Amino acid sequence: MITLYNKKLTLIFLSVFLLVFTMPFWKNMIKGSELPNPVLQTTEKECVESREYMRSNHMKLLHEWRDDVVRKNNREYTNSKGITFKKSLTGTCLGCHQNKQQFCDSCHEAATVRLYCFDCHNDPQIAEKSSNEGFHEKQ
Amino acid sequence: MIEQGFKGSKKFKLWLLFLAGIILTAVATYRYQLSEGLTITGMSRDISWGFYVANFTFFVGVAASAVMLVIPYYLHHYEKFGPVIVLGEWLAVAAVIMSGLFIMADMGQPQRFLNILLHPTPGSMLFWDMLVLTGYLLLNLIIAWKTTGIIQSKAPAPQWLRNLTYLSIPWAIAIHTVTAFLYSGLPGRHLWLTAIMAPRFLASAFASGPALLILLFKLQEATNNYKFDPKVYNTLGKIVLYGMIVNIFFYLMEFFTAFYSNIPSHKETLTYLFFGLEGHHKMVPWAWASALLGVSGIAVLGFSIARTMQKGLVFSALLIFFATYIDKGLILVIGGFIPSPMGTITEYSITLPEFIITAGIWAIGLLIISVAFQMTLNLKKESERP
Amino acid sequence: MKNNKLIEEKKVKAEMFSESDILEKKVSRKEFIKLGAIGTILATAGSRVFSLHADEKQQLSSQNSVRWGMAIDPKKCKEGCTDCITSCHEAHNVPDHHDKKNEVKWIWKENQQTLFPEKVSPYKKNENNLPYITLCNHCDTPSCVRVCPTQATWKRSEDGIVMMDYHRCIGCRFCMAACPYGSRSFNYKNPRSGLDKINSSYPTRTIGVVEKCNFCAERIADNKEPLCVINCKEKAIVFGNLNDPESEIRQLLEKYPSERRKVELGTGPAVFYLS
Repeated sequence: MITLYNKKLTLIFLSVFLLVFTMPFWKNMIKGSELPNPVLQTTEKECVESREYMRSNHMKLLHEWRDDVVRKNNREYTNSKGITFKKSLTGTCLGCHQNKQQFCDSCHEAATVRLYCFDCHNDPQIAEKSSNEGFHEKQ
Repeated sequence: MIEQGFKGSKKFKLWLLFLAGIILTAVATYRYQLSEGLTITGMSRDISWGFYVANFTFFVGVAASAVMLVIPYYLHHYEKFGPVIVLGEWLAVAAVIMSGLFIMADMGQPQRFLNILLHPTPGSMLFWDMLVLTGYLLLNLIIAWKTTGIIQSKAPAPQWLRNLTYLSIPWAIAIHTVTAFLYSGLPGRHLWLTAIMAPRFLASAFASGPALLILLFKLQEATNNYKFDPKVYNTLGKIVLYGMIVNIFFYLMEFFTAFYSNIPSHKETLTYLFFGLEGHHKMVPWAWASALLGVSGIAVLGFSIARTMQKGLVFSALLIFFATYIDKGLILVIGGFIPSPMGTITEYSITLPEFIITAGIWAIGLLIISVAFQMTLNLKKESERP
Repeated sequence: MKNNKLIEEKKVKAEMFSESDILEKKVSRKEFIKLGAIGTILATAGSRVFSLHADEKQQLSSQNSVRWGMAIDPKKCKEGCTDCITSCHEAHNVPDHHDKKNEVKWIWKENQQTLFPEKVSPYKKNENNLPYITLCNHCDTPSCVRVCPTQATWKRSEDGIVMMDYHRCIGCRFCMAACPYGSRSFNYKNPRSGLDKINSSYPTRTIGVVEKCNFCAERIADNKEPLCVINCKEKAIVFGNLNDPESEIRQLLEKYPSERRKVELGTGPAVFYLS
């Protein structure tokens, strides 16, 4: 037998809490959710790894690439088929999947998982290419 | 138990609301800082630590000063401190929380703070500082909570509680020594590169912490129907006096080494702070204010202790608190960056957003103290009822 | 008889004394050895923990084949030329916020007066204004690496470059306080607000992290020299392996006197200025 110290207030706050806590469920039920539809828009036939692997593991792969390049100076990746790629988000990944909005953002915005990669890494479509290409291409 | 902390006069509840108002303003300002960056503070490429880190340093000292109540009672059986130790421990809890909040406010990427634990770096003093401060917070929280909990039952403190309190003595020294090590091991900052950095920190802490306690006790008396034992004030005053005398002595030692040796790298920062350098003199009034407040505080304090004048004692505690706050809070941390490694002088002044966020953290600390003190004293009053 | 007895007593007492003395000495010696052993173990362990990073990395860097360094000839540096600075900052997307407070720079010009005040004679005016290129010194025992609480900056063991990991940096700016050369900058503002054009083949940084020169580690991975080196028309900057006695930089350093900034601080800079 539960004794409620302050019945009215407790029930009011409890109902508010439950309402807020279950918000993701009833909000989506009302709004109706659409499945995200990423557009691959690739220039190559095959990705670094298979579609199934990439679907579940692309973040893991990107984290490994990040630490490998920055901390271990290990810049090449040999995939399960023996093909070698350069470990680069902008260069390799976005080199093929050239439309970030239609590819990355379509799923990430639906799942509300904020990408902070592009705070630093460049989306080649947005960043203007440096007109002083000459400076660092000289060699 | 904690609901006792919110029971009090109308004035008390208004005070809590006032603090809540400051906190909300500060939270809004902090959101602004998160989006715009730390550029909204007065910091620059040359002065890369400012008011936040200075406040952090000061409040680690205040937290460490709880040991100045524990040692007389637990090691020397000074019974008068018995009823008030728990208040000193609550002050330590609030002060450590404030220090942690100042560090979070100062970080460029605060959401990454767990990296310190995910990638432990034993060579870095900041790593050890995080460990010892977290440990000290937990230690004092457990001690204070349990001690407050047994007030009503009037049970004697269990042995494990006494053991934890003994542990807090060296731990308190550790937190402020490690914090001093943040500064005293850096090769390019000659104001800080001194062996007596940690001793200076401790002396200044033992002056400022008990001084703050005196002020808080007086405030508590003024707002509640409660009287502390006058001998407690007197003994706290003696601790402040000795701490401050040692602090000023250490300061004069720094002056001697700097100016007698005549070495430019030793002299330059103190010259900038107290006399101005190359036309830059923003800190000069603050440096002298701190010095004068400190010296006059010692004089009034000595006199008040000798004549057992409580009003003078409280006033001198105020003087000394501000003296040590300006010293640690402004002069020391900002002074370390002047002159820059290139020998240039960039000056620093606090911006409004920086001030509001700092005030918000002060308000959080005061809120914790107000609730904790109120809770403790309400429970005491109830336990003393026949 | 009495004398004998006395002598005997004294002897016995002496024996007792010496025995207990020996016992005491034995006990205290045992204690001393015990304490000494414990103390030594603790001290060694303690110091080992504290110097773990610096020592390990220093050992590794001296054992390895490569130690990148620079030799800069201030006499070759042309007044008013900023090719090294421009090429570096543009390629690496180093922002320009047009104010000293928020300044971010990886490489810049100072003069001899600022970097080597002790070398400047009040009676020799000509050389006081030579431009001295200033950048991260990629020290042997960098104080910035020592203080970083997350290892967001570290000294690479294979070639001695002091690297930055912008993903891990928490923006505490302890490294900036520790660096005695002022080589590091903090992003008080969003760097992209200070970039007119972005070189898309190199990332920018984000707000709230510290950045500095990285000896063009991404170019060295392709066996190319740093941008400041190749873009200097006067060839004022020489880059090479300090561990290779045959390298151009070693030969320069053996031929001409040179100096490094604030050597007395024990950091062991890898950037030399030819006198």
